[in-house]
Amino acid sequence: MMTQNASALDSTSPAPQPASDQVPALSIAGVSHSYGARKALSDVSFAVRPASFTALLGLNGAGKSTLFSLITRLFAVQTGRIDIFGHDIGRTPGEALRLLGVVFQSRTLDLDLSLTQNLLYHAALHGISRGEARARSEELLSRIGLADRAGNKVRDLSGGQMRRLEIARALLHRPRLLLLDEATVGLDVKARADIIGHVRQLVTEQGIGVLWATHLFDEITATDDLVVLHQGRVLARGLVPQVIAEAGASDVNAAFARLTTQASPSSAGPARSSDA
Amino acid sequence: MTVTPVHAPPPARSGFTAGEYITCLTGIVWREALRFLHQRERFVSALVRPLVWLFIFAAGFRQVLGISIIPPYETYILYEVYIAPGLMAMIQLFNGMQSSLSMVYDREMGNMRTLLVSPLPRGYLLFCKLLAGTAVSVLQVYAFLAIAWFWDITPPPMGYLTVLPALILAGLMLGALGMLISSGIKQLENFAGVMNFVIFPMFFASSALYPLWHVEEGSPWLAFLCEANPFTHAVELIRFALYGKLNWVSLAVVGGCTAVFMIGAILAYDPSRGFVRRGPGGEA
Repeated sequence: MMTQNASALDSTSPAPQPASDQVPALSIAGVSHSYGARKALSDVSFAVRPASFTALLGLNGAGKSTLFSLITRLFAVQTGRIDIFGHDIGRTPGEALRLLGVVFQSRTLDLDLSLTQNLLYHAALHGISRGEARARSEELLSRIGLADRAGNKVRDLSGGQMRRLEIARALLHRPRLLLLDEATVGLDVKARADIIGHVRQLVTEQGIGVLWATHLFDEITATDDLVVLHQGRVLARGLVPQVIAEAGASDVNAAFARLTTQASPSSAGPARSSDA
Repeated sequence: MTVTPVHAPPPARSGFTAGEYITCLTGIVWREALRFLHQRERFVSALVRPLVWLFIFAAGFRQVLGISIIPPYETYILYEVYIAPGLMAMIQLFNGMQSSLSMVYDREMGNMRTLLVSPLPRGYLLFCKLLAGTAVSVLQVYAFLAIAWFWDITPPPMGYLTVLPALILAGLMLGALGMLISSGIKQLENFAGVMNFVIFPMFFASSALYPLWHVEEGSPWLAFLCEANPFTHAVELIRFALYGKLNWVSLAVVGGCTAVFMIGAILAYDPSRGFVRRGPGGEA
């Protein structure tokens, strides 16, 4: 992937091409979005490679959730284009959404239903037959260590367990791209480590492309692809060491601070700590 | 947590099979039924409301309101018998609005996103949701009829069967109306307005409680308003069907309104229209 630093921001540059000739898991090209007069996203372009972990780093209000709403077609794309494995989300939403699993920032589980019932409902929404859905549910629940709670109501689970269940649910229809919007917010250190470790395993062992939106620096590792989003604009993108080097910083935290300060000197403050 | 590879990614394919559509429909209906069963108080209140009208209101008004012989009735009837179809439609009206309330709740809680990011066509998903709500309302109506039977509300035995299509169509219309309304409500708190501005006017300005000729004697313009009220036609469709007859005008009005409300709801939940205007707070 290409890199770009704050001093050389060129919002008109095309989305970076993946290293191989593979179709990108996710391609976002020139996407802008406004809520009335307020611009939430401005000419956003980047790509997520298949079987890669891409961190989308930005403070609250950077536009991450708006971007997720566009990728999942909850909002219509006003300007630009979003493709999932080559399927335009605007033109062929069915084909695109079939390949997509998503974990939203706010919980979307039905608290009054059991774990299994939540999974079966999701399976039905993807047209997966009841027998197949049951088999997959049992398999996923045992993989996330919640098989013994299958019949319990979701409201009896802890925050970390609910997140694990949401990830399991997002994988039930066997997507090839997984979006997670601040999936570890509100969780304790162990639950966070558990979940991020689980997602990284999905990348390495199942070849799923992951877009991981976060504002926590310690969730990003040196081997990740990184996209820095600030005030609706992409400030930098590329492998983590490249972004750090091009920002002239020593680590992600410092690189982020430098990039955002250059982009908007008046608003840039200290980046939030990992325990925020 | 340990993860083992259990599958390869499926090849991309386009379109959906009939089986996938049916699975989706049954899943949504099943989830709606589960939610209904978990909310016993909702079931009880759905029954108590019309029964209070039947046992108390109708008993009190029996001597005040005379009912002449009007179609579909072929003889003089008690007031309780007259208002029974209106109360059946009232159950469906409240259920339709309750479904829309649950859609607003789902939207606020985020559950609605689960539905809307399904790859199946959004219009179909909303139709499934509508059908699920209608199925629940039909069950409530039959429970009401079972209790009303002990109160001398005894339509012809075949009427229990012939009323079913009318109940389904009326339920779809009122559910579609609720869905359309829910698309415009941003917060749960705003739903109280729906009670005052939709449910009560629709119910009282209709033929549910009194025949239109009675209304016309008192106020011709109010009678005109009642005639124009789709709920009146839902009541009359049910009333006629309960006695094995068909009111063509009501069928046309209810069918037409169902189509209009449904199209409106689908357009309102289209991301390129309704959602976009809501802004960051107005999640899907």
